[in-house]
Amino acid sequence: MAISDWLVIPEILPLMLSGLRVTVVITFFSVLTGLFIGTVVGLARLSNSRLLRALTTAYVEIIRGTPLMVQLFLVYYALPEIGIHLPPMIAGWTAYSINSGAYVSEVVRGGIQSIDRGQMEAARSLGMSWWQAMRYVVLPQAFRNIMPPLGNEFIMLLKDSSLMAVIAVPEVMRYANLMVGRKGGYALPIYVTSGLLYLALTLPLSLVVRRAERGLAKGDRA
Amino acid sequence: MIELNDVHKYFGQLHVLKGITNHIDQGEVVVIIGPSGSGKSTLLRCINYLEEPTKGEIVVDGIKLNHLATNINRVRQEVGMVFQSFNLFPHMTVIDNITLAPKKVRGLSSAAAADIARELLDKVGLLDKADAYPRQLSGGQQQRVAIARALAMRPKAMLFDEPTSALDPEMIGEVLDVMKNLAKDGMTMVVVTHEMGFAREVGDRVIFIDDGKIVEEGEPEQVFFRPRNERTQAFLSKIL
Repeated sequence: MAISDWLVIPEILPLMLSGLRVTVVITFFSVLTGLFIGTVVGLARLSNSRLLRALTTAYVEIIRGTPLMVQLFLVYYALPEIGIHLPPMIAGWTAYSINSGAYVSEVVRGGIQSIDRGQMEAARSLGMSWWQAMRYVVLPQAFRNIMPPLGNEFIMLLKDSSLMAVIAVPEVMRYANLMVGRKGGYALPIYVTSGLLYLALTLPLSLVVRRAERGLAKGDRA
Repeated sequence: MIELNDVHKYFGQLHVLKGITNHIDQGEVVVIIGPSGSGKSTLLRCINYLEEPTKGEIVVDGIKLNHLATNINRVRQEVGMVFQSFNLFPHMTVIDNITLAPKKVRGLSSAAAADIARELLDKVGLLDKADAYPRQLSGGQQQRVAIARALAMRPKAMLFDEPTSALDPEMIGEVLDVMKNLAKDGMTMVVVTHEMGFAREVGDRVIFIDDGKIVEEGEPEQVFFRPRNERTQAFLSKIL
């Protein structure tokens, strides 16, 4: 392995950067839908309906108890056998949304439970419906508390998006693997580059998360 | 105004309310006293359905309370509630705390709701705190805002659940003063409190509850100073 091997980096960087763009976009949309699913499921897990609680608990346990890789393969390779063909990007987004929805729902549930019951009661006593009380009183306070864990979830998802290489989503790892194959080597500089690209995103993110945590700890609450 | 008919409440096996029957007139100020765990707070919470009675009937302003959510929300709009722990919304300013329900539930415009809020803040002496957050206020100030918030819905009756129990002694007076003015304005009020001065000055009737039942009721002077029931006597000798 020669020092000159590292000169391959400028050559591969444009492709890797376009892979990084796909990584960011797909993670962003997965978090968005994951947040939506997670909020709905988190609320359902606190509902009075036993059926709703059972269904959502099963969802959360199944998703958290199986590898993301298995979920990804099910969506991309198994669904076509029952007639559902999804392009790689859509399949990845679907699997990741369902996956992150389960984790986010636990975060949301904890966030809601951390809010004093008196808040819901005060809102209801003013004549607000359950949903109005949730939306204007409980959820805004819960979301403030769950910003840090949500940020961590975003970081996890960003890193795990590298798994999508196996279903041919054109993201960072996919290009890294292609390059190593095509050039017949240079694995060290290429994989180091991809690791650095992830770091370039996750480091600032975790800095933001930590600052948010410190802000909450400072106790600017009532 | 408020009609209670053989109201029972169980928490699991625990029989908390054992058949409460009472009638509260419009404009009446009723003070409920009783030992802790006697069911007085539970009774209050049943009146606006924060607790669902296990058995019995509650009629508020001619509306019989039942399980229908629309019905319950409608009754709650007419019955304000003030809590021991204030329960202001900490993420909103004082004025937003007060205008939220009038806007979202009554459909008032922001301007109309803000007018009402300022009028009520003036009434409780906190107009200068409109843009403060709850955490910047003292306990007494927070409770006065909570009263203004409940009044902003223009309720026909107000329920107070030990409104001064969480306050430092020097702040109790300012909250009681607001409540006295409210009583003098003719508001129907049901107040769980042991503040005897308040009960004697503005209370029309005192109800003593023990072990889930109404043991004694009557005019404040009579219940406090000439209690007929020995359980009332025993209780009063402990708190007076």
